[in-house]
Amino acid sequence: MKKTIFMDYQSTTPVDKRVLDAMAPYFTEVYGNPSSRNHQFGWEAEDAVKASRETVATAIGAKESEIIFTSGATESNNLAIFGVAEMYREKGNHIITCATEHNAVLDPCETLEKRGYKVTRLIPQADGIIDLSDLEKAITSETILVSIMYVNNEIGVIQPIAEIGKICRARGVLFHTDATQAVGKIPVCVEKDSIDLLSMSSHKFYGPKGVGALYVRRRNPRVRLSPLVHGGGQERGMRSGTLNVPGIVGMAKALELCLQEMPEETVRLNNLRNRFETQVMGALDYCFINGNRDRRIAGNTNISFAYVEGEGLMMAMPEIAVSSGSACTSSSLEPSHVLKALGVKDELAHSSIRFGFGRFSTEEEVDFAASKVVLAVKRLRELSPLYEMVMEGIDLSTVKWTDHH
Amino acid sequence: MAYSEKLLDHYNNPRNVGSLDKAATNVGTGLVGAPECGDVMKLQIQIEGDTIVDAKFRTYGCGSAIASSSLATEWLKGKTVSEALSIKNTDIVQELDLPPVKIHCSVLAEDAIKAALEDIRQKQAGNQQE
Ligand SMILES: Cc1ncc(COP(=O)(O)O)c(C=O)c1O
Repeated sequence: MKKTIFMDYQSTTPVDKRVLDAMAPYFTEVYGNPSSRNHQFGWEAEDAVKASRETVATAIGAKESEIIFTSGATESNNLAIFGVAEMYREKGNHIITCATEHNAVLDPCETLEKRGYKVTRLIPQADGIIDLSDLEKAITSETILVSIMYVNNEIGVIQPIAEIGKICRARGVLFHTDATQAVGKIPVCVEKDSIDLLSMSSHKFYGPKGVGALYVRRRNPRVRLSPLVHGGGQERGMRSGTLNVPGIVGMAKALELCLQEMPEETVRLNNLRNRFETQVMGALDYCFINGNRDRRIAGNTNISFAYVEGEGLMMAMPEIAVSSGSACTSSSLEPSHVLKALGVKDELAHSSIRFGFGRFSTEEEVDFAASKVVLAVKRLRELSPLYEMVMEGIDLSTVKWTDHH
Repeated sequence: MAYSEKLLDHYNNPRNVGSLDKAATNVGTGLVGAPECGDVMKLQIQIEGDTIVDAKFRTYGCGSAIASSSLATEWLKGKTVSEALSIKNTDIVQELDLPPVKIHCSVLAEDAIKAALEDIRQKQAGNQQE
């Protein structure tokens, strides 16, 4: 049997061999604790962390002292949101975010709401991009933080981050962006974009899992945070705990490679994605690409295949690893909250599949996957009472359905 | 999550896919579920006397929903109406080894069987009144 083709690059990525090679010595040879300030082992580890910190900072236009290493974007988001909420409580109690954020942003906001904070969740336009005038209108004298993601993990759309940053700066509100799906894929600059806090996660860009960073601006304005994790006072007291040296070295190396290869890789992934879309959309009727088609990253497409259900579809093409917005693939009964926020009907959200393209995707794989998708959708439509009805000219919205949930 | 052999067999080689003449007096149709919930089953039976001689289905849903309805049609064929009424969703759960999160698929299949049988009953009650 042919190996399963990985098309789930938004969920995670394999560690690049070059990254693994860079990390290896830090497990067995340079194993010191960077907090050990009094011997060679500690110094060497500290040097490695310092060099990595510089690489990560430079990659996003920041200063070395503005990078806090964490366990990943979930922790970075939590630290940014809870940290600002607690530190700036005197100033206000209002946070603005977006309905299409990752749960690692939505859940902390919901928790704060239970603690008495006010949260506004902006509903994006039908293409997934927020309306800047909605943001302008939502900011009040109580607003302390705006948290809007850079790139959406389901549909790949890129928010107008520089414009959002400008608005926040002008109104004196801190701006956090969850850039987990942007860093390493598109150019990100905290200066140009007026970003005050930024989250990233190494395993999304061919680095190891369990390591990430939070950028925290130190000048104009100086952002202060209440820590979540207390202890040895590492990371300027904002994140205690012995640093994950091999992970940090790996993340920096991974980011360095992404930046080096970004121009060619973006073109290549764009071509692969377009090639895939052309083949699939050309062979099937009743398919819809979700999200803005121009303002999205290269390695992502999210397609709703009407009249077939997402999990059933995934099962029909075990040769490719993808993810679905169907409720059946999540622990809740609700389909994708992202597609819902875009106004996509539940039945089309249940029918959606996200296809990812990344460093190890090839034309051969893309062609094979596209042919499998087309076959699977056709097969399931043969089985679908909905497709049968539509072919008979029945308007599904006039049918009386029995809701069983 | 790994699916059972039987479930995969029904999913990959669904039995009795298709449609019967909805208008025929000896055909009962059950249409249950809703597109916005992610599953819809259409199950049809054809009877002669008291015996189910044919059964067909079409399902929009996950693999477990498709397998549950395929299995239901297989079980229905050759059964009498009263035997068919005694098919329980738990029988389907057991046969296909459905995981807990997929139990609602078997419930839907039982609903579809009941709905098809009810459709027949109503049609025949209507006939007798004429
Ligand atoms: C947009 C976004 N934010 C946050 C996360 C969480 O990242 P991690 O699981 O590495 O903490 C992810 C990945 O699932 C993501 O895609």
